Amino acid sequence: MRHTISVLVENRFGVLARVAGLFSGRGYNIDSLCVGETDDPTISRMTIVTNGDNRIIEQIEKQLNKLIDVIKVMDVTKEDHVKRELVLIKVAADEGQRARVIEIVEIFRGKIIDVSPKTMTVEITGDEGKINGITEMLKPFGIKELVRTGKVAVVRGEK
Amino acid sequence: MKYTGAQILIEALIREGADTIFGYPGGVLLPIFDVLYDAKINFILVRHEQGAAHAADGYSRSTNRVGVCMATSGPGATNLITGIATAYMDSIPMVVITGQVPTTMIGNDAFQEADIIGITRPIVKHSYLLKNVADISRVVKEAFWIANTGRPGPVLIDIPKDISTAVMTNPKYPQKVDIRSYNPTCLGHPMQIKKAVSAIASSKKPVIYSGGGIMSSNAAEELQKFVDITGIPVTSTLLGLGGFPGTDPLFLGMLGMHGTKYANYAISNADLVIAIGARFDDRVTGKIDEFAPAATIIHIDIDPSSISKNVLVHIPIVGDAKHILQQMNKEATPPKINEWIEQIEQWKKDCPLGYKKGGKLKPQFVIEKIYEVTGGNAIITTEVGQNQMWAAQYYKFDYPKSFLSSGGLGTMGYGFPAAIGAQVANPDMVVFDIAGDGSFQMNIQELATAIQYNLPVNVAILNNHNLGMVRQWQELFFNKRYSYTSMAVQPDFVKVAEAYGAEGIRVETEADVVPALKRAIISKKPVVLDFWVEEEENVFPMVPAGASLTQMLEGMA
Repeated sequence: MRHTISVLVENRFGVLARVAGLFSGRGYNIDSLCVGETDDPTISRMTIVTNGDNRIIEQIEKQLNKLIDVIKVMDVTKEDHVKRELVLIKVAADEGQRARVIEIVEIFRGKIIDVSPKTMTVEITGDEGKINGITEMLKPFGIKELVRTGKVAVVRGEK
Repeated sequence: MKYTGAQILIEALIREGADTIFGYPGGVLLPIFDVLYDAKINFILVRHEQGAAHAADGYSRSTNRVGVCMATSGPGATNLITGIATAYMDSIPMVVITGQVPTTMIGNDAFQEADIIGITRPIVKHSYLLKNVADISRVVKEAFWIANTGRPGPVLIDIPKDISTAVMTNPKYPQKVDIRSYNPTCLGHPMQIKKAVSAIASSKKPVIYSGGGIMSSNAAEELQKFVDITGIPVTSTLLGLGGFPGTDPLFLGMLGMHGTKYANYAISNADLVIAIGARFDDRVTGKIDEFAPAATIIHIDIDPSSISKNVLVHIPIVGDAKHILQQMNKEATPPKINEWIEQIEQWKKDCPLGYKKGGKLKPQFVIEKIYEVTGGNAIITTEVGQNQMWAAQYYKFDYPKSFLSSGGLGTMGYGFPAAIGAQVANPDMVVFDIAGDGSFQMNIQELATAIQYNLPVNVAILNNHNLGMVRQWQELFFNKRYSYTSMAVQPDFVKVAEAYGAEGIRVETEADVVPALKRAIISKKPVVLDFWVEEEENVFPMVPAGASLTQMLEGMA
């Protein structure tokens, strides 16, 4: 099963290598990994999407906790949470097709952020279902490039 | 006052209680060695950096203090790696200091540059690359703290040359460590302890399975008390040997691949296994699905990630073994296990540990005599392979920290430099490295170190002219196709010893064993005992890799 693990780490050089090395050294997968500073500049947050059975996920959490630079590990999958990902899609679209692309993008509440004579670039934010939906719809036009940020997640409510 | 980074580093080490550094100089370390020239710290110059790492490890295992080793950038640092990995696998506290090229040259493929932080990342508990002279004192303080608390392990500090030469005024040495992300659990959870105590009280066939954690947490006394209260028999891992007296009637010897039959029968038939500071390694469990199939498992360990990693644990207790045993000793009551003890006594009678007498000198006989001659009052290190297993089986370890062996990594070449480290830390103890002819040759150059520092370590080579353990597997599982395991050419170890200025004695008969051992013990020099033993002797009992613990091969006729 897929899990989204949120990890607070010291914002120091080398921490990413320790985390990534832990995953590769112990044979765990990383589906996506997203790192950024938090409101406290000495702390970064990593959002890691991985998969495995409960035992593997438990080991991943414990092993992450063992790293000295890791402050807190939370499997947000266990909580009520919101996930989002930002995707930029460069799609083939000449004058004749532009209107149709714009129509699709509007339905998915995306934005057109660049246009050239033969392409349009779409910005879209959402969960997996929405991203897959728009990707499917744009495929027939010809996707030139697709860039994803990887998922970020936050637990709902006050927690 | 102005101080250089090198001066601050050595001062910080001394303040952490380091009295000895094992190491080797090199270009980028020159500023540090210049400080060492007249520093109040003992420096042991080894002959290969790997020897420094293993010696620091032996120093640490024999004292529970943090071992310190040092090597230069590039090849010096990479030569340490096997020793760091050995310490990491066995949770041994070490601080490893490596020189690095100047910060301005890092990443430039400079002369003798290696990314040692990157290379060692999977085999250290933590590591630091110093980038500011003001960080040195804090980093050294943290390194010792991290190395020797929680689950211990090696911590590496990489110090670029320009940081050693950088100058600062009035450096501060912190009194306390404050790492917000590192707070190891010490006390056991009271509810879990209650559960464990009640499971113990109602058990009928309990066994204690103790490991190296008894040594790391200094818990031998508490374990003894726990056994006095409960009357539960004890089996131990390789690294746990000495944590409970080998001569105690309730001791079952080692369990696992080369464990005693009665230990393996006991764990396989137990209804309760109390694992203390052990990690259910594959050499212990055999086929994992058939390990202690009927047992409730209590697991006491400082490292949460060890719990339920290999074997599902019913009652986990995370914390320091010493504290948890103290807590348990207040509440524990003895279970009714007379029948179980009788059953174990019967197994002991029916399938004792033993070997066929007669023929050439037997390696097991040599170990028995080392035990008799030392009275068990010695520090024994081993190399890896048959020598290690026979030492574990036939020497009765009564005292904690008296048996130093590379368990997890299984490092050939460990025993001799580790013996040197142990002798430095325990100048009045008799120290023996029980070696094989293969392993000893991996760090034989350290004879010079032993001579230079007047360390009277003894090496007992069980010389079977073979890489015996691999040869044994080839005999048993590869149709006797002895592929590259014969040491057809080997040096005359007696002459090698003499060439270094040590003593060498060759022994080929039983009658000569004890006199040679006695000679070694009284000698003030290192002594290399070259025991020419039966070449085809195997280690039994043996659980083949991946088999259940009850499926033991044996060699007794």
